Amino acid sequence: MTDVTTPAKPQSRLVRVLDSDLVFSYRRSPIAIVASIIAVVLILAAILAPWIAPYNPFNPRTLNLMDGFTKPMSTSFAGNYFLLGADHQGRDLLSTILYGMRVSLFVGLSATLFAMTLGVSLGLIAGYRGGLLDAVIMRIADIQLSFPAILIALLIFGVARGLIPANQQENTVLVVLILAIGLSNWAQFARTVRGATMVERQKDYVSAARIMGVPPIFILIKHILPNVVGPVLVIATIGLALAIIEEATLSFLGVGVPPTQPSLGTLIRIGQQFLFSGEWWILAFPAFTLILLALSVNLLGDWLRDALNPRLR
Amino acid sequence: MAEPLLSVRDLKVVFHLRRGDFTAVNGISFDIMPGEVLGVVGESGAGKSITGTAIMGLVDRPGEVTVSNISLKGERIDGLDEEGYRKIRGKRIGMVMQDPLTSLNPLYTVGEQLVETIQRHLPLNQAQARERAIKLLAEAGIPKPEERIDAYPHQFSGGMRQRVVISLALAAEPDLVIADEPTSALDVSVQAQIIKVLKELCASRGVGVMLITHDMGVIAEAADRMIVMNKGEIVETGSVGDIINRPKEPYTIKLIEAIPSIKSQNPRYAAAAAKGQVAAANEDDAPLVTVENLFCEFDLSPSVLSRLFGGNRKIIKAVNDVSFTIRRGSTYGLVGESGSGKSTCARMMVGLQPPTAGSVKLEGVDIWNDRGAATKRRRSIQMIFQDPYASLNPRWRVGDIIAEPIRALKLSSSNAEVADRVADLLTKVRLDPGVMHKYPHEFSGGQRQRIAIARALSSQPEFIICDEPTSALDVSVQAQVLELMTALQEEFGLTYLLISHNLAVVRQMADAVGVLHNGVLVESGPVEEIFGNPQADYTRMLLDAVPDISKVA
Repeated sequence: MTDVTTPAKPQSRLVRVLDSDLVFSYRRSPIAIVASIIAVVLILAAILAPWIAPYNPFNPRTLNLMDGFTKPMSTSFAGNYFLLGADHQGRDLLSTILYGMRVSLFVGLSATLFAMTLGVSLGLIAGYRGGLLDAVIMRIADIQLSFPAILIALLIFGVARGLIPANQQENTVLVVLILAIGLSNWAQFARTVRGATMVERQKDYVSAARIMGVPPIFILIKHILPNVVGPVLVIATIGLALAIIEEATLSFLGVGVPPTQPSLGTLIRIGQQFLFSGEWWILAFPAFTLILLALSVNLLGDWLRDALNPRLR
Repeated sequence: MAEPLLSVRDLKVVFHLRRGDFTAVNGISFDIMPGEVLGVVGESGAGKSITGTAIMGLVDRPGEVTVSNISLKGERIDGLDEEGYRKIRGKRIGMVMQDPLTSLNPLYTVGEQLVETIQRHLPLNQAQARERAIKLLAEAGIPKPEERIDAYPHQFSGGMRQRVVISLALAAEPDLVIADEPTSALDVSVQAQIIKVLKELCASRGVGVMLITHDMGVIAEAADRMIVMNKGEIVETGSVGDIINRPKEPYTIKLIEAIPSIKSQNPRYAAAAAKGQVAAANEDDAPLVTVENLFCEFDLSPSVLSRLFGGNRKIIKAVNDVSFTIRRGSTYGLVGESGSGKSTCARMMVGLQPPTAGSVKLEGVDIWNDRGAATKRRRSIQMIFQDPYASLNPRWRVGDIIAEPIRALKLSSSNAEVADRVADLLTKVRLDPGVMHKYPHEFSGGQRQRIAIARALSSQPEFIICDEPTSALDVSVQAQVLELMTALQEEFGLTYLLISHNLAVVRQMADAVGVLHNGVLVESGPVEEIFGNPQADYTRMLLDAVPDISKVA
């Protein structure tokens, strides 16, 4: 063994990323490639909705009741062409889906971020401190995990409705929705992070930091957090799909976003009224979009979990 | 010449990895005679274990085995299908692994596991198989085998468990036993017994043994012939006496020279003795570190209620009334077997574990109770850990790791100054300053341990606690790290507390030694008094048990 370390190969960051095991595993997984392409296309379409949507479905002046129930790929009586058909009010379904996805994704992402921040923080504290605090936090998480997430979201949503004055509800509904979904999903993060933290806490690099008097908050953020983010990313990806579905469920039940800015769930609720009268497209296209979105994100999460698990390599 | 029991010709194992092929074993050939113990020695990564695995047909993808011939008693056993290998494993080749805990199934009693193995390979009924199992356990030196046979693996100690594994390996009367580091997880006192059991049992049955180990001492005591491996190739083959006393290849010579022998005197003591200055040690100097009546108790009572009311209380005294002093600039060695309280002592002296009673004083300041004790302790005491893989945060760059004490203790706020200091420290531990931008996984074990040493030095401490600093390293690397530690001690006037189960390392490094046994300091004094003329029975037993290359027949 000599004192000379391996010669430093000047590699740019990009080369290093492209050469990493994660990218290698990605390139060899057709499912991950297809899923990521679909997810990226859907997310881009949602972000760019105001520019690429053929109509603005929320501008009442452009709505024409004569367009109502136009079949997909046909021109209405009023002379407008609808690729995916129109709903009962004459709104273009393609445009409503694009705008609806925006709302769904916004709520899903924000709720997941909120759940992640809360869950990771509580998990770190519980895992590092242990003892009574750990017991209290984890029992709350256990109680929460023993209820279906949707029930908890409904409960939180209902309580918030009661607390917020009626004239404020329209503006705050999105925030309440995000909080409700986020609060119903933090426990998964907390559990995983707590376990990983308990493992890392035992390691000598943490002892070394304690010996030199690094405050616990810095040990948690600078030492332990970077070593537990792997599983967190996986849960966050799968959690995103769950949050989107949860938002859709709430909106379907009629407690989600208001009909003035419908999400995919709201569209599905509207569509199901017409399913048996032959206007299948009003339900089918939003539902299909939701499935595609949730499935692609979920498959990405599955791939990430396997790729980060060295035992499956 | 008799027909060899096992004959291996041109064994090659290649792992097809993403970044090219890695040749773990490169065309090796060797024979084992009936009743012979063949030692296979080499540093980590030499391909010793893979050789054993390949003979058993247990190399998994992406590994590929190519061989021109492996035969057992003249019968080809290479390239068999899974069914063919199953008939060989256990029945004709027994296996003893390093970790006795994972090689036994915790859900079955040892009797069930033995009887199952015996019945699978030998035509015996339940009662006969059980009788045979009891006999095997008795032969392996397990007291009261009739009672112990119905115990579960966790009810045995590590050494007893390894005896069970040996009986299991011999259960089906194999022709050959492959023992892969059979004693590395055990304490020295147990290690010696296990080697003896393995050797005797195999000799009495004419079973050949392939003993794979990194420890030359174990080979010297147990093996007849040995193979020295390096980087997948055989460097040297011959009788144990020949190789250890008259090594021919430069690699073997280097390897043997690097092994600290328990028989050689402490170099500093020897140098002082030569000049006749032994008594001149300044006994009247105030010691740097004073440990007085240190206790540490762990409460393992099963519930809060029993803790409160005293019923069913279970208190473990990990450290029991330990007192010693360390002179400035000297090294105090703390030795003892696992569970003797060495590491708990270290944790109390460094500030990780509050003592139940007693005091640790640094320059007269009690590091637990006096005012400003925490600051004093953080500035003056540092620690080097056993496992260099766990002691460096894998997500941090080397430069940040080494600078951590400087930043945590606010010794410097200027980034340029910190970088200079880090570069200086890297040079001191003989690494290139340019490596500060790399991550720990880019370094070998020995290099990582040097990074850990640089971190310990960066706050300019006076006292460094080294908890098994070299036990995770290969011998040649161990020698370098120990030599570096000595050089740094002289340069900075450091005081070390060296904790180790390796008595040879302690004899080489320490000025004074304490022997811990079950939390009690059984003996403490200058190094050559302890090693040359041990007073306590336990110390004598410990010293006798150490396998050493000088014991070669």
